[in-house]
Amino acid sequence: MAVITMREAISQALWEEMERDPKVFILGEEVGVWGGTYAVTKGFLDHFGPERVRDTPISEAAIVGAGVGAALAGMRPVAELMTINFAFVAMDHIVNQAAKLHYMFNGQMKVPLVIRAPGGGGRQLAATHSQTPDAIFAHFPGLKVVAPGTPADAKGLLKAAIRSDDPVLFIENATIYQQRGEVPDGDYTVPIGKSKVQRAGKHVTLVTYSKMVQPSLQAAELLAKENIEVEVVDLRSLRPLDMHPVIESFKKTNRAVIVEEGWESFGVGAEVAARIYQDAFDYVDAPIRRVAQKEVPLPYNRRLEQLALPQMDDIVRAVREVMK
Amino acid sequence: MRKEDYLDLYRQMVTIRRMEEIASELYQKGEIGGFLHLYIGQEAVSTGILAARQPHDRVITAYRDHGVALNAGIPLKHIMAELLGKSTGVSGGKGGSMHLADTSLNYWGGHAIVGAHLPIAAGLALADLLEKRDSVTICMFGEGATNIGFFHEAVNLAKTWNLPVLWVCENNRYGMGTSPERASAVSPIIRKACGYGMPAFDVDGMDVLAVKDMVAERLREIREGSGPQFLEVFTYRFRGHSMGDPERYRTPEEVKKYVEHGPIERYQRYLVESQTGTPEELQKIEKKVDKELEEAVKFAHESPEPADEALFEHIYVDEVDEIEGADGGATWQ
Repeated sequence: MAVITMREAISQALWEEMERDPKVFILGEEVGVWGGTYAVTKGFLDHFGPERVRDTPISEAAIVGAGVGAALAGMRPVAELMTINFAFVAMDHIVNQAAKLHYMFNGQMKVPLVIRAPGGGGRQLAATHSQTPDAIFAHFPGLKVVAPGTPADAKGLLKAAIRSDDPVLFIENATIYQQRGEVPDGDYTVPIGKSKVQRAGKHVTLVTYSKMVQPSLQAAELLAKENIEVEVVDLRSLRPLDMHPVIESFKKTNRAVIVEEGWESFGVGAEVAARIYQDAFDYVDAPIRRVAQKEVPLPYNRRLEQLALPQMDDIVRAVREVMK
Repeated sequence: MRKEDYLDLYRQMVTIRRMEEIASELYQKGEIGGFLHLYIGQEAVSTGILAARQPHDRVITAYRDHGVALNAGIPLKHIMAELLGKSTGVSGGKGGSMHLADTSLNYWGGHAIVGAHLPIAAGLALADLLEKRDSVTICMFGEGATNIGFFHEAVNLAKTWNLPVLWVCENNRYGMGTSPERASAVSPIIRKACGYGMPAFDVDGMDVLAVKDMVAERLREIREGSGPQFLEVFTYRFRGHSMGDPERYRTPEEVKKYVEHGPIERYQRYLVESQTGTPEELQKIEKKVDKELEEAVKFAHESPEPADEALFEHIYVDEVDEIEGADGGATWQ
């Protein structure tokens, strides 16, 4: 097992898949000559050439739309959006084209497209460039949405996404590219639509994903000193959403906190909580709590921005609340 | 072209006209739901274009797609069944009037979000470029679609990457009820193509042979590596934008002027005057078309509705353990 960064994990997955399958190619803004806005595709242009590492104009609808078209015609494009905030200008091609064509034409068309998009706040980019809009995309049947929180999952899930015959939105978090973790050696995939228990515990079920996995594990560590054993379930995929480990865990702990970086209203926490109440109502010992972003557009000022984002302390507080 | 090829173009145009007239009746009877956009008046456009393409050339169009579907070779009965939402429809009853496609015929649909299929067309052509195939993607859209951002992103990308696309703007004079004079900064639309450095042409869309010859020439040049080209086809829709169009934006006199010089009527005169076909031969074709249509409607009427299970089919290609909300939300047992 090697220890690598999130960035390296994503980069390796792309590289290995391009080596494995000549139909895989990359298109996006600054993916080639620049080497990727976040340096994920550094060195790709020299190795794979400009046919397969395609710099595009600033043209998100065309990036995703052309990705859809190339996928229909048998290619396996990986379309990169510089940030998920730019997905809104490509919204039609993500949720109305990629997600619909297979169904609407009764299985005749397939869209094996991966859309990579980093998101997240905390970099003082102000309101339009700092969002975590993952839940919006998880609303649409036909689209798969994954958002890994560890290098091992990032590498395995990206490989699975590229090999999937369905359109996959692969959400990265721009603030954790430097985060390190162990990854398995050799070629492996992580199945899309499978949640994973990242830490075992018996008192509280903590459901989270993506960037919030690490602060959740840190909170669990801290709470262990107070003899509160927290079980951390990492969703990894938002659609299909695998509730099995969550429900299993909840039946044991009878208490849950759901942690996400995005806004609380109509968010991932709302969905997960509703499903717990529906499927395990008899096991509920305390109201389920959510930890999420304050309901404001993110401000530039560093202190204000951090005030709005969910922090490790918020998680600890929420767990203590449900333990009362 | 051989005599039977000339007559076959006539057959195709007449089939579209009659098919649309019947569709209109079925809509009024409530048998066809949703939106219905008729191709009456524009028959020469898709008939000419499809007559010029090779089987490995891709075709993709907007929601006024019945004519293209027929010209692409989809059997009439499968079109009619789709309009009635039946399981035997070309899209299994899930797409309806605006979403006819048969990828085995290289006909990529029927797309209902204005302009959204243009970037997709660029992607189809990109795949052919990467795989070094000798195909051209023919992308049809209305003049109204050239005002949306998708158009500009797609043609810019196509030109930048030298993609083998023939952009065909079907200018039927109105985007719903709005003419280019009221909606487009420049007119004719061909001027927009010039802005993107593409070879640009126009043709009389009421003349099926002119369309065919023009498209054949464009496809030849694109195949030889010219990069994308643009063709504006001047045509006119005789009926409303869709069913239930109050048509306040044009006068009956204007419509009459175009109808009198309609594409089928004009081609009919040409065939007779050039002694390519006798009036009797043409009548025979029309009778045959009527009979085929009668059978297609009968087939559609007698076809079964999609089964309930079809509701959950083809959401994903891959095996997915559970479809969220499939049973109203309770997904965990």
